[in-house]
Amino acid sequence: MDAHAHGAASEVLDPERDTFPKLVRLNAAQRPRKVAIREKDYGIWQSYTWRDYFEQARLIALGLASLGFRRGDRVVIVGDNRPQLYWAVMATQALGGVPVPVYQDAVEKELEYVVDHAQARFAVAEDQEQVDKLLLVRSACPRLERIVYDDARGMRAYSEPCLLSLAELQEAGTKFEVGQPAYFDAELAKGRADDVAIICYTSGTTGAPKGARLSHRNLLVTARHAAADDGVGEDEEILSYLPMAWVGDHIFSYAQAIAVGFTINCPESVSTVLHDLKEIGPTYFFAPPRIWENILTSVMVRIEDCAWPKRRLVHLFLGLAQEIEHARLDRRPVPAWRRLLYPLGRLLVYGPLRDNLGMRRVRRAYTAGEAIGPEIFVFFRALGVNVKQIYGMTEASVFLTIQRDGDVRLGTVGSPIRGVELRISPEGEVLYRSPGVFQGYEKNDAATRETLVEDGWVRSGDAGFLDGDGHLVITDRAKDVTRLADGTLFAPKYLENKLKFSPFVKEAVCIGQDRPYVTALVNIDLTAVGNWAERRNIAYTSYTDLAQKPEVYELVAQEVTRMNRSLAKDAVLRGAQIRRFLILHKELDPDDEEITRTRKVRRGHIARKYAALIDALYGDRDHVEVEAKVTYEDGRTGTVRADVRIREVVA
Amino acid sequence: MSLARQEAAARPLLEVRGVSVRFGALLALHRVSLEIGRGEIVAIIGPNGAGKTTLLNVISGFYHPYEGRIVFEGRDRTRLAPPDVAALGIARTFQNVALFKGMTVLDNIMTGRLLKMRGSFLLEAVYWGPARRQELEHRAFVERIIDFLEIQAIRKTPAGRLPYGLQKRVELARALAAEPTLLLLDEPMAGMNVEEKEDMCRFILDVNSEFDTTIALIEHDMGVVMDISDRVAVLDYGRKIADGSPDHVRKDQGVLGAYLGVSHE
Repeated sequence: MDAHAHGAASEVLDPERDTFPKLVRLNAAQRPRKVAIREKDYGIWQSYTWRDYFEQARLIALGLASLGFRRGDRVVIVGDNRPQLYWAVMATQALGGVPVPVYQDAVEKELEYVVDHAQARFAVAEDQEQVDKLLLVRSACPRLERIVYDDARGMRAYSEPCLLSLAELQEAGTKFEVGQPAYFDAELAKGRADDVAIICYTSGTTGAPKGARLSHRNLLVTARHAAADDGVGEDEEILSYLPMAWVGDHIFSYAQAIAVGFTINCPESVSTVLHDLKEIGPTYFFAPPRIWENILTSVMVRIEDCAWPKRRLVHLFLGLAQEIEHARLDRRPVPAWRRLLYPLGRLLVYGPLRDNLGMRRVRRAYTAGEAIGPEIFVFFRALGVNVKQIYGMTEASVFLTIQRDGDVRLGTVGSPIRGVELRISPEGEVLYRSPGVFQGYEKNDAATRETLVEDGWVRSGDAGFLDGDGHLVITDRAKDVTRLADGTLFAPKYLENKLKFSPFVKEAVCIGQDRPYVTALVNIDLTAVGNWAERRNIAYTSYTDLAQKPEVYELVAQEVTRMNRSLAKDAVLRGAQIRRFLILHKELDPDDEEITRTRKVRRGHIARKYAALIDALYGDRDHVEVEAKVTYEDGRTGTVRADVRIREVVA
Repeated sequence: MSLARQEAAARPLLEVRGVSVRFGALLALHRVSLEIGRGEIVAIIGPNGAGKTTLLNVISGFYHPYEGRIVFEGRDRTRLAPPDVAALGIARTFQNVALFKGMTVLDNIMTGRLLKMRGSFLLEAVYWGPARRQELEHRAFVERIIDFLEIQAIRKTPAGRLPYGLQKRVELARALAAEPTLLLLDEPMAGMNVEEKEDMCRFILDVNSEFDTTIALIEHDMGVVMDISDRVAVLDYGRKIADGSPDHVRKDQGVLGAYLGVSHE
């Protein structure tokens, strides 16, 4: 009938341990004193054991029960990664409800969409900021009955009867239990592996968000398989810093952490993540390419600020390590003198740098979500950080493929984990079938039907192929691979990733479908270019101002030329070199719907919004006047006016 | 509630009674009276040179008036020196940020706790026994303020390296570290952009509601003043020309003439 009829999908799960709350109870019994969650609060890492985890979540569940929670109720959860919010996830599941995490930076309109679409009766919010949004949402979604908040700061003046602090909720839970001591255990026991465990709304690069329903079985089996295939053990430490609404955080910080029993660490605040990373020294780390790029950029900026002897030394050894790594990845022999120099480099450069980044203890680090620039990938591997690409998606409970230790190659995303089957459709699209295949989209059967093909196979939406060794290679989003007017193959993301390796380029959007040549809209990296400008005594006032400096155009032109040169070596893609580009007067922003919250470019929207700029790129003028609408953080809108230059690049 | 306590609660926290300050021939304040009730946020506005900062300086003991009295919590405090005023529970920030530039944010805020620390220099030096315990307690309190003002990321950054808006926030943190009953803010939002101002407004309101701190602030941004204050007092040429709710002051013809209609800052 569906995916569950196939292979490992029908794996029988012990009814005593077939849902996450049951597993937390098991962890609390088997490793009561082991730390489950740490959170940096008031400058100190506070620890909660598995017993605390279970106990706290139990009280939250009982509190919800006292408010009249019914099985199947949806609970919106919104805020930064906090132990209390993870407990709220478990509490909801324990009562047979469904947690629906929402991105903490979602604007009111986005939050309203999810609250309304998921028909949430309850919401658990981190703080006043989220409560304010929820209160506004509530006027449009009367079904939302109660809002529970964790951080009471600034909440004293609020008198709305729907509000309740988490402490009050837990207190109500304690009272509730006096009357019904067996209630919690009975509800917990009612949970089944095939119950919906979570609904993850994917922002998607097109259209309204879709809510993917994942069952306990989906997440549990996938989490276990991935852990077993890559040797993830209960002594791992991870940093939980990516949005809870993103399925990746859910599988690493919740599903795998519970299934395997390792420790998660919640950073103090968004702005301290890199510092907290250093203090925790995770053994297991996940970052999307965006973050790897940011770290690399900050390293490069710091190196450029060093005195020259240090700078020369660092560049020398980084160059050496990267050449060794390149050779390893290409399965070429490494010359003996390089191998001999490597330990010296480790002592002087790689070790200290890795330590400084908080990556000294990393056993495996994953990158996924988008293709990572090969240079970025090689950089970290050269330092000795075991970065590996994985491939997955929400609808598959994340994991489809992993690059195995000792079998990491550039350009592939590795081979399928156990239980996953891959196939390429005649149109070149990657199809998969696995125990992690989701239960369909919430209230969107049309989309579900479109995604599921026959026999439990699911469309990934990505174009790709399997190489000779069974490794998966992803080329682009299936619908994005197109051709220029003259028939030349045009894979925009491939070009953009190449361009984005430059520390100066933060974001790029390439255009070329049915056009005579390729052009690009570029976002510069304000930190890197700002630093570069300061060292050259170029004064600037804002992003918009800096972006339009002739010197900056020259800088970016050099990067484009470098990329064009590397494309020229490729027989298929040499026709897709960038001929004209411009630097956008504003940064692409999820609030303006130009990129998703996970920073994927929304091409359709950009093409419409910047139509005038794109027309100019295919005209013959060397500048163009623009007026753009921007959305501020509080939802207000304003306009930005600028004169944007257009630059030609000699091919 | 006992009668005595009722009376204390009804009484203003701070009473400025007919205070005049003179610098040579210049009359900076002329018989200014102002009452600040417990838990209030009072804004003091007025054109440049109206005597706003002088008024704060008189309250915090930097200047002493040649006539008039300052009554704080029902007792005459007219002649106290700044450290004694601070010990009473009046903390302030300055128009031009006055932080220890070379010290970290954390250490800067810790200096706000100095008045609360006791113990011998010797014990402090060896960091032992009660001295150690005391230091840890104060640090825990400071961490609450760091959390409150969301400056965790700059805890160990030297204050001098911070952008202006953050320095202002650190200064507020240091003032809060003294656990003041009355907080005097001298242009807390000067030189800030819109977003920083909004943050600062939120912090001021949160401080007021969370710590029950009474706040008197000088501010030029009329939007801010009208938004966050319970009461507004207007000074012009050293005299108080109006005092009342923001709406009331906004409509006052004298104020419009003296200030709102004339000078825009």
